[in-house]
Amino acid sequence: MAQDLVLEIAGLEKTFNPGRSNAVTAISDLYLAVRPREFVSIIGPSGCGKSTLLRLVGGLIEPTAGELSVNGRSAQEARLGRDYGMVFQAAGLLDWRTAIRNVELPLELMGWSKLRRRKRAKEMLELVDLGGFASHYPAELSGGMQQRVSIARALSFEPSLLLMDEPFGALDEMTREYMQTELLKIWRETATTVIFITHSIPEAVFLSTRVAVMSPRPARIAAELPIDLPERTPQTRDTEEFFRDVSLVRRTLRSVEGQ
Amino acid sequence: MKFLRGGAWLPPTVFGAGALGLWELVLWLTDPEGFVLPRPSEIAIALGENVSEVWMASRVTGFIILSGLAGGVVLGAVAALVVIRFRTANETLTPLAVAINAIPIIALAPLFNNWLGITSPRSNQAVVVLLVFFPVFINTARGLSEVDDEQIELMQSYAASDWRIMRTVRIPNALPFFFTALRLVASLAVIAAIVVEYFGGRQDTLGNIITQNAQFTRYDVAWAAVVAGSIIGIALYFAALIVERLATGRYARATAEA
Repeated sequence: MAQDLVLEIAGLEKTFNPGRSNAVTAISDLYLAVRPREFVSIIGPSGCGKSTLLRLVGGLIEPTAGELSVNGRSAQEARLGRDYGMVFQAAGLLDWRTAIRNVELPLELMGWSKLRRRKRAKEMLELVDLGGFASHYPAELSGGMQQRVSIARALSFEPSLLLMDEPFGALDEMTREYMQTELLKIWRETATTVIFITHSIPEAVFLSTRVAVMSPRPARIAAELPIDLPERTPQTRDTEEFFRDVSLVRRTLRSVEGQ
Repeated sequence: MKFLRGGAWLPPTVFGAGALGLWELVLWLTDPEGFVLPRPSEIAIALGENVSEVWMASRVTGFIILSGLAGGVVLGAVAALVVIRFRTANETLTPLAVAINAIPIIALAPLFNNWLGITSPRSNQAVVVLLVFFPVFINTARGLSEVDDEQIELMQSYAASDWRIMRTVRIPNALPFFFTALRLVASLAVIAAIVVEYFGGRQDTLGNIITQNAQFTRYDVAWAAVVAGSIIGIALYFAALIVERLATGRYARATAEA
């Protein structure tokens, strides 16, 4: 497999409870390749297996068949090598740890010295504009702030691949758009590769360099649409190019669902 | 600590004093046969007159309570850890714990006396340990297992081992559950220890003071021993509360205020 790909998936299949009467094939014959520094959104009808795909990529579950390599290694090897930063819809912060100690968590597991991880965690909190909230507990932060802490935590150890599963799904529209702009800023500053699961078409278009459209179950990538916006600022959402791409993704999604 | 400041003490103190005053007043006004229910003042006098006997008994019973409590809490917490960590242990230990809990353990006190010796503290301790074990076990196990899937997946994505997940996520998550159980069993242990003493054994115990004096209609002295038992129970409850605050620290206050 090519070395210059962060992620390469070929003929991937995932069947839950194989061989039993309640067997469900969630993913079948799925192909996807992601180059370094790409921002790829995966969009599809709900329940189509987007989260399953992300968990397969993250090495949290095993595929039934097919090839999946991350930086030329298996998903398990990549997980054990800490190639992934993961962000879920729920921020998943530990309630009894302050914001900064939540960001430090992966660094702690990686055996960083206290001084070094404190310094890095501080930088990461500043990156997500939460420098002043280091010693706050999650219960003292808003939903959007919690999700920013979660992003800071995921990026703290500079993973080569950031896996995001509807990270802004639980946020209100205003916070959501603000978080999208923030995420793009962070993505540019950190040179990370992002795989972003969403069911929001405008969100996928605004964020991505490429949108991968998934088919209904059993899921595969039915279409890949490169997104080439001249710039991405809050004003971009009102431009003609943006509307054009949104409607292109929408039509693709519709035709895929109709199949 | 908020509960140690004056403001929080005032309402329950006023209420308690009011209730005692009312008790005193009603008995003084109706003046029933004195031995049915002694007045608080009579109990206080009886406590004063028998203070050394009640104190010695409190130490004997208190030792049973504390040692039984400690044993039951440690066993319950360790069993919960084992059950959550090892699936097969869960399948065998949990039904066993449920079965033990279904036994009316206090009713077995005479049998324990036969097995372990009537004057030995072992039989009393055994009953307290068994009673304390179950609430601690069930609550702690629940706290250890009720963790968001995503938090576990997150830890796995950092290549954390199962023991590391236990230490970093499950155990801190279980602490509030554990401490709720601790406050519950603190008073349960007092009840268990005193009731077991009703079935015989040493003479110098709170349970024995209560049964002996009730038999000879010296209700005021019996009540004095009950007061001593209550004081032990309240002290243990607050001790559990203080340990909880020390263990959860500023986090508990942050969540309480948010």
